[in-house]
Amino acid sequence: MSAHQVRTANGRAQRRPLSPHLQIYRPSITMVMSILHRITGAVLYFATFLGVWWLMGLASGPKYFAYVDDMFRSWPGLVILFAITYQLFHHAFGGIRHLIWDADFCFSKQAAERLGLWSLLLAVACTALVWVLGWWT
Amino acid sequence: MVSFTLPKDSRVQPGKVWPKPQGARNLKEFRIYRFDPESGANPRLDTYYVDLDACGPMVLGALMWIKDTIDSTLTFRRSCREGICGSCSMNINGENALACISAIADYEGPITIHPLPHMQVVKDLVPDLTLFYAQHRLIEPWLKTDTPAPEREWRQSKEDRAKLDGLYECILCACCSTSCPSYWWNQDRFLGPAALLQAWRWIADSRDEATGERLDQLDDPFRLYRCHTIMNCVRACPKGLNPARAIARIKRTLTHRKA
Repeated sequence: MSAHQVRTANGRAQRRPLSPHLQIYRPSITMVMSILHRITGAVLYFATFLGVWWLMGLASGPKYFAYVDDMFRSWPGLVILFAITYQLFHHAFGGIRHLIWDADFCFSKQAAERLGLWSLLLAVACTALVWVLGWWT
Repeated sequence: MVSFTLPKDSRVQPGKVWPKPQGARNLKEFRIYRFDPESGANPRLDTYYVDLDACGPMVLGALMWIKDTIDSTLTFRRSCREGICGSCSMNINGENALACISAIADYEGPITIHPLPHMQVVKDLVPDLTLFYAQHRLIEPWLKTDTPAPEREWRQSKEDRAKLDGLYECILCACCSTSCPSYWWNQDRFLGPAALLQAWRWIADSRDEATGERLDQLDDPFRLYRCHTIMNCVRACPKGLNPARAIARIKRTLTHRKA
């Protein structure tokens, strides 16, 4: 992609650069939450394959299941599961945020920012809760 | 087309540092995007020092002071200097705003000014708004009726008139549309917050009789539904309007119509 070319009134070619955008725009909570909603959605799509792998392990008999289960219980496996847990909650609360907007609520600047902050806090809290409960029970 | 980086020939280079005005005691640093269509060189960021004791309190005042006393080639649009013409829209410290109603005192440290984001730059802070106006034309922003015109005015109740508050005040400055990442990536197909706010303004008007047609025009994955409620438009609007809410209401009206 290169700068846009136009012709001036006297027939000369003139180029028009593209003004800076993402590079200079100040990020806000609603902007960041929006892109994270999309990223977490994409990640969860691929995370589904891990779930399928676990179920296939379950269906393939005890020996293979033990192998799959060990993978999930290893440190890298746990880190991945932790990340997926967070993404799941982040995306779920993001979905609820959009539901609230679709119902015509929370469109003021302040309300939208609070909504973003709350969904972030709830995602963190729920992830922590699930892992604390999962670890000690 | 989504491209997160700027084309090579649009990347901003370090520019000239203009000398400080002599004898000034209250200096403020301004970094301003410059592009000269005559030179063929890449855009650059020039640094100016403005004597705050000698210029007005708003960012526009500083720009005019620079143009009058330091560098007469600095190019920007301005007219009313009171937030009603929408000419001096630009990106100030990362957010779109009207220079004439943005107080210099509200910004700490140096002030960096770019043209409205993701637009073709004609010169310095002047972007090409052709497409933006074309989008406004596309939503046909005028009263459309089938019934014969009444002898006097088209009557409207106070309640119905009140529904247009927060919609009709748009000054077409383009601060909202050019703050929107969806508009950045899809401005050839997505109408953008400004045009959609006006689309809703006419759908919501009790006197307008083309609501169905207007909704048909908008029922499109790109024209309307590229809005993902990022909310940059609401933050950017210098008139305090809410394009995101208007767009959500168009979506709702379309859903209700289908049900």
